[in-house]
Amino acid sequence: MGKITLRNVTKKFGDVAVIPSLDLDIEDGEFVVFVGPSGCGKSTLLRLIAGLEDTSGGVISIDGTDATDTPPAKRGLAMVFQSYALYPHMSVRKNIAFPLKMAGLAPSEIERKVDAAAKVLNLTSYLDRKPGQLSGGQRQRVAIGRAIVREPKAFLFDEPLSNLDAALRGNMRLEITELHQTLKTTMIYVTHDQVEAMTMADKIVVLQAGNIEQVGSPLDLYHKPANIFVAGFIGSPRMNLIEGADATSLGAKTIGVRPEHIDISMDRGTWTGRVSVTEHLGSDTFLHVSVDGIGSMTVRGGGDIAARHGDTVYLTPQADKTHRFGPDGRAL
Amino acid sequence: MARKVTQTRKRVVTVLAWSIGFLIFFPILWTVLMSFKSEGDAIKGPIDMLMAPWTLESYGEVQHRSNYGLHFWNSVIISLGSTLLALIIAIPAAWAMAFVPGKRTKDLLMWMLSTKMMPSVGVLIPMYLMFRDFGLLDTRTGLVAVLTLINLPIVVWMLYTYFKEIPGEILEAARMDGAGLRSEILYVLTPMAVPGIASTMLLNVILAWNEAFWTLQLTTSSAAPLTQFIASYSSPEGLFYAKLSAASTMAIAPILIMGWFSQKQLVRGLTFGAVK
Amino acid sequence: MATKNSRAAARWMVAPSVLLLFAWMIVPLVMTLYFSFQRYNLLSPDQSGFVGFDNYYYFLTNPAFFEALTNTLTLVLGVLAITIFGGIGLALLLDQPFWGQGIVRVLVIAPFFVMPTVSALVWKNMFMNPVNGMFAHIAKAMGLQPYDFLAHSPLASIILIVAWQWLPFSTLILLTALQSLDREQQEAAEMDGASVFARFAYLTIPHLTRAVTVVVLIQTIFLLSVFAEILVTTNGGPGTASTNISYLVYAQSLLNYDVGGGSAGGIIAVILANIVAFFVMRMIGKNLDA
Repeated sequence: MGKITLRNVTKKFGDVAVIPSLDLDIEDGEFVVFVGPSGCGKSTLLRLIAGLEDTSGGVISIDGTDATDTPPAKRGLAMVFQSYALYPHMSVRKNIAFPLKMAGLAPSEIERKVDAAAKVLNLTSYLDRKPGQLSGGQRQRVAIGRAIVREPKAFLFDEPLSNLDAALRGNMRLEITELHQTLKTTMIYVTHDQVEAMTMADKIVVLQAGNIEQVGSPLDLYHKPANIFVAGFIGSPRMNLIEGADATSLGAKTIGVRPEHIDISMDRGTWTGRVSVTEHLGSDTFLHVSVDGIGSMTVRGGGDIAARHGDTVYLTPQADKTHRFGPDGRAL
Repeated sequence: MARKVTQTRKRVVTVLAWSIGFLIFFPILWTVLMSFKSEGDAIKGPIDMLMAPWTLESYGEVQHRSNYGLHFWNSVIISLGSTLLALIIAIPAAWAMAFVPGKRTKDLLMWMLSTKMMPSVGVLIPMYLMFRDFGLLDTRTGLVAVLTLINLPIVVWMLYTYFKEIPGEILEAARMDGAGLRSEILYVLTPMAVPGIASTMLLNVILAWNEAFWTLQLTTSSAAPLTQFIASYSSPEGLFYAKLSAASTMAIAPILIMGWFSQKQLVRGLTFGAVK
Repeated sequence: MATKNSRAAARWMVAPSVLLLFAWMIVPLVMTLYFSFQRYNLLSPDQSGFVGFDNYYYFLTNPAFFEALTNTLTLVLGVLAITIFGGIGLALLLDQPFWGQGIVRVLVIAPFFVMPTVSALVWKNMFMNPVNGMFAHIAKAMGLQPYDFLAHSPLASIILIVAWQWLPFSTLILLTALQSLDREQQEAAEMDGASVFARFAYLTIPHLTRAVTVVVLIQTIFLLSVFAEILVTTNGGPGTASTNISYLVYAQSLLNYDVGGGSAGGIIAVILANIVAFFVMRMIGKNLDA
């Protein structure tokens, strides 16, 4: 129903190949997240799938049919834009009804579906307001409502939570995940926030400069990053990457160990260092330690760690959680 | 910058600003005042004229002596006609240039604006001869055609700037929602563009109403709009100040009112975006 | 955004405007060019023939041409001077807080919306007329001789009339520019110790320079073709004292019926305008990039 396949898809803007050549399979019902730094091509990729941009090469198939030249209106996909893109001159009801009107449904049918979507999203009391009279979160829901009501083959989300404040973002994340569990429709979600990616995805696609660095489940990417880029991108705070003698002694060019996989001791350990900055979150403490011979490292400790600025601490990485990377950056 | 401005300074500025404003507006004010006096009183000294009785006789005379209504009506038809025609041609063009820009769009726009800079005298002769030979002299049709053409660049330009302000994502959303081109323009673009279109219309009506070259060259009597009619007062017979004032007041009143609403549009339309 | 499907549609939508404007530009202009090389007088249409550059020669060596050229320049520069300096002053004044700002703004803007023929005739008759005009009455009240503005200083009088009409435009533009001044920048400068004058010189004036350039260039385009005001006040006279290029071409074409000569004049006017337009387009081009 919502199976999307990309083969050799390329996209050039002028002479610049934003997406050099890309293959990807998205199964029906999956929640796939495209994640990566700014300019990695994730939004472009989403827009190619939506049909809002033409490919420069390659084939995009939806449910087995070649959709590369099909206009966006005919692909059966729904998109939620970062800026929500609501029609400002139409009421919420008309906004949600618009796609149904375009599809030529009977007015009674349209009303039924709009009311159903409004109920799911708690918008029933706002149906007659205009977007200008709504808050950010409400507008977000109207945008989602407009997408749901079409019963598309897949939902496309383009950084939908970026414009919301932190508290609202947390709530909406849950709502979207619940929505996916209810509707079971394929969802493709673009974000630069790896926390959103980790918490919402069935499958994460990590992109850099138009190339797929790795595809896998969140825990796959966390435990078995394929290369240094993915290792450094997934996980917050960032994985500590160390070169030099410590790496070569383990047979690698670079080793990586996450802040949460380093043991802290006040009297002995593999590395010695001085605490430069401590960040207390209450539940955890992050220590930024200036380690002899290596440089700055981040370490996670419990909420009640007593170390302070200037203190000497001893750090030991957990051997089974240390990642090794070869000279080409790939995992060994 | 909400700081305390001294009362004295505010008073001084107020007096100064009002004085200068009054001086600048004075000719218009004087004309309106004079229109309500009789001819004999109109030529008296300023104080005497002000003191003289108010009357509507000059307005009456203007109506009787000349077919004022016809000229007013001509102005209306020409302004509205050329504006509507320009809009019909310009809206699709501005849409295309704003939403589907190509490599040459910018050059195209600049070229269009440059046609406005051609001095009218440069084509006076061929236009006059063509109009004469095609029987278009002194016709409203001919005038509507010319005014449409000279204002088309500005109409396209203004619509382009207003369309560009419409977030592209909203139109993309319409496309994703299954809207074909026609639906996109009808249900989404036009309603959102209505304020911009209205502003453009406003400015264009004003420009067409006040146009004082082609209206003077290509009309004589039956299609003569107000510009031409007023110009005929330049070599009048006998006393005519009050009648001129009455005729002028009626001619400029609609535009003064419209002009008050269109200051922003003026800046946008006539500086071609160079000043925001 | 721009996909194959929409690009084709776009081309069709732009076509009518482009074709019409193209025809409007080229066809009459080519005809003017053609006529300029012909000997063609509407009173004796049978005497025609190719005369090469004769029309241009006669037009340019006509003493009236030189006077018209200087008049044109004087008119443009005179109006520019009044509207720029007056406009800056007025804009600065209107930018200050005072009571009734909205109304004063309306008063100042009004002249721009008055038809040129009305403006010119109102000034000619109600103010400048040496017998019944207001200036005459004021002069007599002060025991002075009334001055016949339009007879004795025709060009200056016309400059006054045109400047009155265009002052609102420049004021409005400059006021808009003033109001877009970055307040935070001014505050930062004030914290840095800059006086009112220093801030004006280093922040306000550079910001205004751009707006002033716009006003100068755009007004010049329109001022080069001032016509109606001259037609209804002085008819270019006395003699050719207030004739500008626009009026000269008109006089030659439609008053003397000399189509050939008038056409040559028209082409010359186009060339002059193009020179200015070149600079205007450069300025606009920079903005379209922004």
